[in-house]
Amino acid sequence: MRYENLQAGSLGRRLLIQLLIVAGILSALLYLAVRSVANQAAEASHNNILGASATAIAEQLGSGSEGINIDIPYSAFSMLGAISDDRVFYRIDTDDITATGYEDLPLPASTPTTSKPTYYSALFRGTPIRAAAQLRVIPINDKPVSVLILVAQTQQGQNAITSRVANTAAALGIGFFLVAGTMSWLATRSTVKPLYSVANAIGRRGAHDLRPLRSPVPSELTPLVDSLNDFISRLRGTLNRTETFMAEAAHHIRTPLATVRAQAEIALRQAETNSSRKTLRTVIRAVDESSRSASQLLDHAMISYRSDQLSLDAFDYTELVQDVVNATSAIAELKDLEVNTILEPNLQLVGDRVLIEVALNNLMDNAIKYSAPDSTIDVQLTQTDSGIRCDIRDAGRGLSGLSQSSLSERFKRGENVKDVVGSGLGLTMVEAIASAHDGHFSITENPGGGTCATLLL
Amino acid sequence: MRNTAVITISVILGLTIWFNTALAFDIEDEKLFEAKGSARTVSIISTTDLIYFAPLIDAFQEATPNISVQYTVASSKELFKAIYDEQADYDLVISSAMDLQVKLVNDGLTQAYTSSETASMPDWAHWRNHLFAFTQEPAVLLGSKKMFAELNLPENRQDIITLLRENPDKFKGKIGTYDIRDSGAGYLFATQDARQSDVYWRLAEVIGSLNPTLYCCSSKMLAALESGDIALAYNVMGSYASAVLKDDSNGFIIPLSDYTHFMLRTALIPKQADSADLAGRFIDFLIGATGRELVQEVAGLPPIDGEALATQLHFRPINLGPELLVYLDKIKRRRFLKDWSDAMIRQ
Repeated sequence: MRYENLQAGSLGRRLLIQLLIVAGILSALLYLAVRSVANQAAEASHNNILGASATAIAEQLGSGSEGINIDIPYSAFSMLGAISDDRVFYRIDTDDITATGYEDLPLPASTPTTSKPTYYSALFRGTPIRAAAQLRVIPINDKPVSVLILVAQTQQGQNAITSRVANTAAALGIGFFLVAGTMSWLATRSTVKPLYSVANAIGRRGAHDLRPLRSPVPSELTPLVDSLNDFISRLRGTLNRTETFMAEAAHHIRTPLATVRAQAEIALRQAETNSSRKTLRTVIRAVDESSRSASQLLDHAMISYRSDQLSLDAFDYTELVQDVVNATSAIAELKDLEVNTILEPNLQLVGDRVLIEVALNNLMDNAIKYSAPDSTIDVQLTQTDSGIRCDIRDAGRGLSGLSQSSLSERFKRGENVKDVVGSGLGLTMVEAIASAHDGHFSITENPGGGTCATLLL
Repeated sequence: MRNTAVITISVILGLTIWFNTALAFDIEDEKLFEAKGSARTVSIISTTDLIYFAPLIDAFQEATPNISVQYTVASSKELFKAIYDEQADYDLVISSAMDLQVKLVNDGLTQAYTSSETASMPDWAHWRNHLFAFTQEPAVLLGSKKMFAELNLPENRQDIITLLRENPDKFKGKIGTYDIRDSGAGYLFATQDARQSDVYWRLAEVIGSLNPTLYCCSSKMLAALESGDIALAYNVMGSYASAVLKDDSNGFIIPLSDYTHFMLRTALIPKQADSADLAGRFIDFLIGATGRELVQEVAGLPPIDGEALATQLHFRPINLGPELLVYLDKIKRRRFLKDWSDAMIRQ
């Protein structure tokens, strides 16, 4: 049965989203950092070129007979032309009067010093420019004359660099986000994986597997697994008490039943009337049935106990099957049944010999019980890829449409077996033993009538 | 009374303004190449004479029908004035004055143009996608065959100095060169020479000492060489020389191996152009494969040829760039002209 659980979000999704948000923030920071560093570098190199150009002009200044000699060197502008196709503007002022160049070229906000060029951005005739200003003081006739040199350039080349850098930075940011995103996804998956593996370990278990979970789990999951194991052990305790109670009950019933049967036998021998004989036979039959149920309850209790702590040994499976067939041959002969065995020799099996013997006994017992008199039982033992397979085929009344799962339910019996002594515990035990050995039990109807019980270990 | 005065003043003012705009720059020649059923006109102002450009315009109109072409010829200074000061209404400006063309672009009076043709140009042949070169014209030394019949040919500028120093009598009054105070091309060649090598000033000193004749233009120098007025002409536009000189001419080109400057004839589209798209098509035509062939064959001008310049290391195209503004600086120019005059003109 499945229960629809209320879901309160997904741990994995929550973790992934948080990691992706962090990755996104880091990518954006990376983008901005690369851009700003590269833009600063581009601006600095542009400044340097403008400064070098202004300095080159300043170096050529000299005092002549008619005042200041201004002689712009060719290289002052060719170096600007070499780095980009930008437009170049210049202005040279002597004592605040424009001597040459573009008179309307904007001045820097503060007067530059003589030591280093000043750099500034401005708008010139509607176009943004970057400019360097260099101040020199030249003595003319012993009077100092200040010369201000401005060299400016439009910023098309720098903008091209900036946008190239922006593209690179964006690609870098996106690349980083993709890598970080993939890694976040992998990290989330590997973090959530132990949860699934615990869930799977529980889900894979057979219906009667009440062993505690022993697989290693991350420390965060230990409390959960501990409580789970605690819960399992309480459940097992409850079941054990039930089994013990049943075994006790069966044991306590069996002894008085034996007494009742012995007394009934004696009474039968001494009985004089047919009706009292008939009554006594019915009593004996009922006692037999009760005692058989009691011993099967005992077996069942033992199986439940042993399944938890299997004592695994290697033994000769072929020999065991042969022994079981031999042991039941006496009862088979009573019904004139012929038992054919096709056993592969010397098949070794690792398992609980006692439990497997109980399972085989039950299957043989069923086969004999439900076989028509004077028919044949085939017992076949073969090695297959998935284990050793034991088929026990009878020519009995079959399953009359009942499914195996319902037959394996405790105390459940077929519809067509009212006349045969049985408790309905046999197949339940066989199935429990098979699953305790990680094996498989199935019971099917033969095509030509009868039943085939298959135990795969 | 007052109204009349106002009207009179307005009329006078209007006329003055009209006169100013109409006569602010001088043109030398003008022709309308009308296309049949044409809807649009592209107006070109150029320094190149009509005889060189008429066949190119005819070929353009054949390739691109229904476009009339208004072709105006002006000197490079007047052309610059028309665009720089007057913002005259032209769609395409073609000039051999590289420095003035660069100044027009640098000062933001032009517009960009890009096409598959401009994208395939060599880097040195255009600037900022505003200025496109379609010819490369060398500055050459011309000599008279009569004079050099018994003299060794100079191979470089140092050789010219030696030649002139050794034969002052033969060359006195027989040397011609540009008057760079008048000629834009002459000024460009002289400044590039001065920038290239110190030898230039020594050469100028020697030429100046031999009482040279100064010319406004290459054609006059060629004519003087043919008539025997001069025996040596320095910095003549090689494109004109090749077109004019025949096998039986007296003048011939003396190749120099130290360096040869190439002037680039460039085209640009002014900002205010009404038919910038047509101007762009004309540029594409000039720099395209057909145009290059026609520039060579019909106009007799050497088209852009990156390979020739790459294989001849002493061939130097003058770089299109902001450095051409340096010699346009008024102080720099005044100074250069003074130095040149001091060297070249002795009384």
